[in-house]
Amino acid sequence: MIVSRGFSGKRREAPADRVPPGQYVTDDFPVLSAGPTPHTPLEEWTFEIRGGAEPVSWTWDELRALPSETITTDIHCVTRWSKLDTAWEGVAVDTLLEAVDHDAGYALAFCDGGYTTNLPLEDLVDGKAWVAYRYGGEELDPEHGGPARLLVPHLYFWKSAKWVRGLELRDEDEPGFWESNGYHLRGDPWLEQRYWGD
Amino acid sequence: MTGIAELRLDGNAIGGVMLELFGIELTAAPCSCAGCGAREEMARLDVYIGAGIVVRCRHCEAVMIRIVEAGERIWLDLSGTISLELTRP
Repeated sequence: MIVSRGFSGKRREAPADRVPPGQYVTDDFPVLSAGPTPHTPLEEWTFEIRGGAEPVSWTWDELRALPSETITTDIHCVTRWSKLDTAWEGVAVDTLLEAVDHDAGYALAFCDGGYTTNLPLEDLVDGKAWVAYRYGGEELDPEHGGPARLLVPHLYFWKSAKWVRGLELRDEDEPGFWESNGYHLRGDPWLEQRYWGD
Repeated sequence: MTGIAELRLDGNAIGGVMLELFGIELTAAPCSCAGCGAREEMARLDVYIGAGIVVRCRHCEAVMIRIVEAGERIWLDLSGTISLELTRP
C-alpha cells in the first residue's frame, strides 16, 4: 500500500468467534472516505425508497419519529480492522420497507456525495440492517456518516454506506461504487469475500 | 470520535502506484476531468482513501480515478479521466 490510511490501530486479543479471518481488533474508529464530507441541512434531508409501486420518502423529522432500535454489534472493515461492541441507534430497514409495495430482489443504496453500494434485499431485512443516526449515545458525526448511515454489520463495512439518502429497489443486482471496480458483490467477512473472485 | 475533519490528500499520494503501473513518473502528467473538462497535473488532484483510492477533480469533485489494490491484483478505473497526457522517458 502506497498511501497511509491515516490512523494507527491499537491491536488487542479478542474471542476468535467474533473476529472474521484476516481481521484484527481495534479500539479506534478509523475514518475512511471516498470523498469530501457532505453537510446537507437536516431541513433538506430526506430518505427515499424508489423502485416500488410508488416512491416513498421521509423527512428527517419523519424518520426520527419512526420506532427506533438500539443495536450493539461488531463491525468489520475490508481494510482488515474490526471493532467490537459498537452501539448504534436507528430505524430498521424492515420498518421502512413496510411502507413500500414491491417485489424486488436487490437494492442499491445511494448517498450524498454520489456513493452507492448494492445489496441483496435478503441482507437488508429480518432485523439485519438499519438506517442509523446515533452512535455511542450521540448524534452520528458527519465523518462517520452523519446525519445517517446504513448499518449492515454482518457484511464488510463498505456496505454500511455513509451519508445514505435512500434505496433504489431493483430486480437485478447492479454493482455499486466499489463493487464495480474490484470489490466483491456481497462482502461477507466470514467468507472473506473481499474482491472479485473471492 | 477521532476529530479528523477531512481525509483529503493530493495527487502526490498516488505517485508511487502510478509509477508502478505505468513505469513512468506521472505526478506532473496533465489529466482532464470527464465531468467538467478541467485540466490539472495529477499532483493537483484531490485524493481520498476509502476501501480503495479515489481521485477527484479539485474543481468539480467528480471521481476521475479509482484504484483498488488486492495483493498482486490492481483495479484501475480511469473512466472519469477523458485524457491523460504521458511523456516518454
